[in-house]
Amino acid sequence: MRENRFRKRYQAALNDAQLQKGVSAATRLLVSMREKTVAEIPDWQALRERGRAIREHTLDHLDGCLETLEQSVTRQGGHVFWAKDDEAARRYVLDLALSRGVKTIVKGKSMISEEIGLNDALEAHGVEPVETDLGEFIVQLADEHPSHILAPAIHKTKEDISLLFARKLLKPKVTEPKALMAQAREHLRGKFLEAQMGVTGANFAVARTGTVVLTENEGNIRFSTTCPPVHVSIMSLEKVVPDWSELYVLLNLLIISATGQRLSTYVSFLNPPMADKTRHGPKEFHLVLLDNGRSRILGDERYRSILRCIRCAACFNVCPVYTKIGGHAYGTVYPGPMGSVLSPLLFGLDAHEELPFASTLCGACRDVCPVKIDIPNMLLELRSDVTENWKARHRMYGRRLRVEVWSRVAGDETVLRWASRIARSAEPILNVAKAPDGFKLSHRRFERSE
Amino acid sequence: MSPEPRETISLFVPCVVDQFRPGVARASADVLRKLDLGFETPGPGICCGQPAFNQGFREEARRVARKWIQHHEAYSAVVAPSGSCVNMVRNHYPALFDKEPDWRRRALAVAARTYELTEYLVHVAKRLDLGVQCPLRATYHDSCHVTRHLGVREEPRRLLQHVDGLVLVEMEQSDRCCGFGGLFRWTHAPISRALSEEKARMIEATGVDAVITAETGCLLNIEAALDRIGSRVKAFHVAEVLGGMARA
Repeated sequence: MRENRFRKRYQAALNDAQLQKGVSAATRLLVSMREKTVAEIPDWQALRERGRAIREHTLDHLDGCLETLEQSVTRQGGHVFWAKDDEAARRYVLDLALSRGVKTIVKGKSMISEEIGLNDALEAHGVEPVETDLGEFIVQLADEHPSHILAPAIHKTKEDISLLFARKLLKPKVTEPKALMAQAREHLRGKFLEAQMGVTGANFAVARTGTVVLTENEGNIRFSTTCPPVHVSIMSLEKVVPDWSELYVLLNLLIISATGQRLSTYVSFLNPPMADKTRHGPKEFHLVLLDNGRSRILGDERYRSILRCIRCAACFNVCPVYTKIGGHAYGTVYPGPMGSVLSPLLFGLDAHEELPFASTLCGACRDVCPVKIDIPNMLLELRSDVTENWKARHRMYGRRLRVEVWSRVAGDETVLRWASRIARSAEPILNVAKAPDGFKLSHRRFERSE
Repeated sequence: MSPEPRETISLFVPCVVDQFRPGVARASADVLRKLDLGFETPGPGICCGQPAFNQGFREEARRVARKWIQHHEAYSAVVAPSGSCVNMVRNHYPALFDKEPDWRRRALAVAARTYELTEYLVHVAKRLDLGVQCPLRATYHDSCHVTRHLGVREEPRRLLQHVDGLVLVEMEQSDRCCGFGGLFRWTHAPISRALSEEKARMIEATGVDAVITAETGCLLNIEAALDRIGSRVKAFHVAEVLGGMARA
């Protein structure tokens, strides 16, 4: 059933010419921007190797790093909450908002808040979450979800957005990207001033100094973290970095891999407010550390390295499958190659058993990954897990498989071509078999292994 | 225990070649013959286990892989006109037998002398010029398994550059996947078709007579896509060109 829903979704994407155009143009642009910068960096491969080593080392010492982070944050007057699962994280943020009488929350782009379904929970309790990243703002306005972890509205063209703004914001129709941005900016400016709470994710958090690091190009994160009196950063626990020297390497890898920039327009470093509350900025700082299955993944040698991922999304842009079907077809918060590994691991194999098969195993994701995650190999491992599950469920699998294969072969032009080739090739093969010059067929043409 | 390998090459004929494009096997044989290399073809069409492995059927893949090892370990070298099969043997067999030390040892031993054809010609036989003539304007498609998984990128090009009369024209994104992906071609046919047609258009855009690859799966997939978009461009395996079998 899930498999069928996946097919229906990607078929819809393949039939949507606008979406195809948008995703293909945007991913190609991101790929070329990244390639251009990488070509300028003589020690890129060495940098990747350092990134890989840093992430592995951090995973090896994750508990210690997180404890240091907690101590650093609380020492400065911040609050740290360890959320075991999505429910606990939602509850914490919601309780905080309700107890502070918060009506409006301005949000920076955060995959974790998507993962825990924060917006729905807030809305259900009368708190308005406002996405302020332009892409997130667009998908929120359209009542959709992000289709790319870096460029949430990558599936939309400027014409789509123009219509959306005219309908939802009652703005005059414009298609110039600059004019559209101005419309969004005008709408959001008021929200920043009005909001009583800001919520962001965290690209990294430096353990030694208790600093949350956020990178962006628009300035909405800077606004979200400086205007409202209360700030909450939600991060998955693997985003911790021991110290600034490691951060430097990873931040470089992240930004270059994501957009090809040497540095993003804004990099924000958030520390808890000191006891002196007269300083500008938030008066309260909360850091939510989300596990939600990650400590389980950490304990599994086969899959642990997916936790190295720094969410640059470079693997999305080079993935032939992603670029054809877009993010929504995957039906999960984390689509694309990294998501095809992470989503089944986080949300259960049963919930996403089609994703490990949604790849040609071409390996482009592995080549581009700044921290060298072997995504194709993990997809193969997951496939084996899915197949074992499936076998356990279907004792008659042999028959099912034959029917499945037959039904596809019979309806496929390429295979029919191939089938005719078998017939045509039978004779020459026999001639070769009789040839005296060494090319002898020592066995039957197709010897079954069983 | 496995016997000492004999000083003969095994020309491994993958099942896709055997079933769908046996000319690739004949051409590979011609190439080895040109080099005066003694060879045999043990169990042509014996599968390396890749289709089962890629679909997650590990136990089934192991059964096939044991058979493959038995057939090929008796030779001093195994040469295959297929990067994905070599990748299976070289990069997946060891892990496949991680719980069977004896089979793992045998797998590692045979994997160490298993080569993709162009890799073998350039690095082991050390022959670039096979004295072939082939008046074609052609482009080369970098199959994912040959290029990314085995790292064989320049070898086929160097060999093709020594073919008399052949003009190599690079296409845009030559290493972008053609969408074949083994069974992916059937399990997710609409995506695969979209990708192969995109590839076919990139090939068309170069204005060549032919596209050359080192992987029969890609070859057949691309050939079908070229046909679908009404192109006259032909598709050849690099062995067919080197064996002198490619004609415009």
